[in-house]
Amino acid sequence: MNLLLSCLGLAVVSAVSLFVGASDIALASLVTGDGGGEALLVLLASRLPRTLALVLAGAGMAVAGLIMQMIARNRFVEPSTAGTAEAAAFGMLAVTLLAPEMPVFGRMLVAACFAMGGTLLFLAILRKVPLRSPLVVPLVGLMLGGVITAVTVFFAYRLDLMQSFYAWTNGDFSGVLRGRYELLWTSFALTVVAYLAADRFTVAGLGEDFSTSLGLGYRRVVAVGLTIVALVTAAVVVTCGMIPFLGLIVPNVVSLLMGDNVRRSLPFVALLGAALVVVCDIVGRIVVHPYEIPIGTIMGVVGSAVFLYLLLRRDGRAA
Amino acid sequence: MLHSTSVKRPAVVLAGLAALAAVAVALYMTVGVRGDWGFVLAFRGMKLATMIVVGYAVAVSTVLFQTVVGNRILTPAIMGFDALYGLLQSMLVFFLGAAFVAAWDPRLRFAVEVAVMVIFSVTLYRWLFSGGLRSLHLLMLVGIVFGVLFRSLMHFLNRIIDPTDFLVVQDRLFASFNRPDPGLLAASALTVLAVSVVGLRWLRAFDVLALGRDAAVNLGVDHRRMVTGLLLMVAVLVSVSTALVGPITFLGLLVANLAYMLVPSHRHALVLPGAVLVAVTTLVGGQVVLERVFAFDTALSVVIEFVGGLFFLFLLVRGFAR
Amino acid sequence: MIDVKNVSKSYGPSVVVDDITLRLPAGGMISIVGANGAGKSTLLSMISRLLPMSAGTVTVHGLDVTKAPSDELARRLSILRQDNHVVSRLTVRDLVAFGRYPHSKGRLTEADRGHIDRVIGYFELEPFADRFLDELSGGQRQRAFIAMVLCQDTDYILLDEPLNNLDIKHAVAMMKLFRRTADTFGKTFVMVLHDINFASCYSDHTVAMRDGRVVHAGTPADVITPAAIRDVYGLDTTVQETPEGRRIVHYYV
Repeated sequence: MNLLLSCLGLAVVSAVSLFVGASDIALASLVTGDGGGEALLVLLASRLPRTLALVLAGAGMAVAGLIMQMIARNRFVEPSTAGTAEAAAFGMLAVTLLAPEMPVFGRMLVAACFAMGGTLLFLAILRKVPLRSPLVVPLVGLMLGGVITAVTVFFAYRLDLMQSFYAWTNGDFSGVLRGRYELLWTSFALTVVAYLAADRFTVAGLGEDFSTSLGLGYRRVVAVGLTIVALVTAAVVVTCGMIPFLGLIVPNVVSLLMGDNVRRSLPFVALLGAALVVVCDIVGRIVVHPYEIPIGTIMGVVGSAVFLYLLLRRDGRAA
Repeated sequence: MLHSTSVKRPAVVLAGLAALAAVAVALYMTVGVRGDWGFVLAFRGMKLATMIVVGYAVAVSTVLFQTVVGNRILTPAIMGFDALYGLLQSMLVFFLGAAFVAAWDPRLRFAVEVAVMVIFSVTLYRWLFSGGLRSLHLLMLVGIVFGVLFRSLMHFLNRIIDPTDFLVVQDRLFASFNRPDPGLLAASALTVLAVSVVGLRWLRAFDVLALGRDAAVNLGVDHRRMVTGLLLMVAVLVSVSTALVGPITFLGLLVANLAYMLVPSHRHALVLPGAVLVAVTTLVGGQVVLERVFAFDTALSVVIEFVGGLFFLFLLVRGFAR
Repeated sequence: MIDVKNVSKSYGPSVVVDDITLRLPAGGMISIVGANGAGKSTLLSMISRLLPMSAGTVTVHGLDVTKAPSDELARRLSILRQDNHVVSRLTVRDLVAFGRYPHSKGRLTEADRGHIDRVIGYFELEPFADRFLDELSGGQRQRAFIAMVLCQDTDYILLDEPLNNLDIKHAVAMMKLFRRTADTFGKTFVMVLHDINFASCYSDHTVAMRDGRVVHAGTPADVITPAAIRDVYGLDTTVQETPEGRRIVHYYV
């Protein structure tokens, strides 16, 4: 795979994303200035933020998935199959109930703490499970997610917060406007950090014994990795809601194409994740034009279908 | 297998479970009644009947399903059966139009849904269980992900259906114990009864089937036919419970495993009634506790998801899934 | 008589059983021996209809195993594979009683009960007749499974490595029990045996397989020879005849 070509691909789909939506923006009107004022406004206030948000969230979630897979040493782990995203949603519920006035950055931090807690709980359970098959890992994660969601729904239902609950758990970018997505730049910064620490994750992926013998502080790398994952997940849940399976399918596809060296594959994971999210969002805008289908729904279909393919391919020996 | 000595203790247990269920039912019907007894009893009676039919359908379908797959951790709900039913409901509205579907008699609609469900699920799951999926974990994971796929497709279709049609679907999908439809309930009860009559004939063969495929074939059971028949019954029962109250993923897992623990027998003639009684007690008793003690409304299914999910994790941690 | 005609089994390109034609006489004990992966278990599974064959036909007592009604076959032929595992909690007596299912469809008659008690007696299972299978040792469980198959009271009894998990005392007792049953009731035992000396000492007829084919078949005197064993296992051995006329293969050193 060529990095330049991949960037170009992302640029093309992003450009398409700028010009697709409920109100038409004709390129010509922007250039000629003929009624361009309104078009420019739509572009700058809505389309550009939306596209940026898509790119940032997609890249961030895909990278978060990659890091989790390295840390858990399992191909089928990602924030929505490890209780992380569900815990973040639970955190949002807690913030909404206990500190409704908290600014959005604070909300994100609280959600990140919960996400971290959920992930640590997941890892703690994993240590107790007789790991006879790598497939137990996502099973545990999905079930833990289900349990956390049940608790969240219980309170959300009692306290009339189901609407918000759906917003946190089902990714949707239609509400993204200028001033409402900037939090996702945090996720971008974290993606860069992940890239800088990439080699460490590769080594950590080989296991604790191996890392230690290479002189790597395994626990510290794991802690850094989990923090990145928790923050990225929280940022995405806060701004646009969960995007299921993205972090699972993208790293797996990239790994099929080019192996598991994180430093080499991470940029591609980020680019492909961003491109996939942008494309899914465009599809969501086109299919029922002028209505929209939230990206969480589309990714649910695409993600689970690809997940099934990965599982059934050669009887799941890909694990 | 059929020794009189091994029937006594299970009989005592079953009697105990029956008494427990009866107490739950009596409490449900009488606690906190104010004003017009006739109205209250009729209203609660409908809800009670719904819970009994649902409990019966979930318990029987889960136990039979576990007999087929030779495992006590897989359930139809975990394998995505009820998600498939939800998807089929949406597909019906999508392809035929809400106006058209809504004009049908609810019982006719139910019959069509059940028929489509049976065809789809038997095809899909026969493929899953006969195909080379040797690993139980893979089977489970594939089932769960199929469930997610079905649910996502359902949401996707619901979004494409135009908004007014969507309301029709939503109304149908978010059925609960509180809004039973008398016509549907009667049709469901009849369906469950019909399935049970058919199943009664096979009751002893179920015991043989539980020994595993090789042993069952050796003992002269027509394994292919039995499995198809059982999956068919499971599909019908799941349709019934999902149509009445929507999906409750972990109820089956809970009640089936409780029944295995409580009823000291391998005979389906004893385990099945045991599971049904446990299910009725759980649903009705749970409703009493939630409604009358905690004054909550429809949160029962959420509580079951929570407890059931924890129980499933417990089974995984304890390595019950081979 | 079991008649195997041109039977093959292949998984994609790999052929596990390769065009076997074999006639197994009724009455007595027939052993199948051969190296790992020779296709012994696969052949046994196909004869007993547990596994569909890729080509060929098998008839047992004139019944085509793929076409005859399964319950009728279950009264003629029984099979026990290796590694039996049951999910439900069964007592030994429950399990053995299942052997009567083909005859009584689960409604036990007095005759059935007599049968069950007799078989439990033969196998000396009385001390644990009412214990659950998962509380037993591997060897005890194996005996319970074999007891179930014998309780089925069929003319043909197919066993895949029946001596698995058994100590030498119980292994010998088991083979003697088979021998006695075959002689007294005219049953036919067809079994895959791991230990070639058991095959040599107890069977009337031995079939030796390699790479999915039958390479030798006949009485133990024909098949248990150093030359034949080299053909089958690729191993040099010496064969010694005991004063009683049994042939013992020495292969440990």
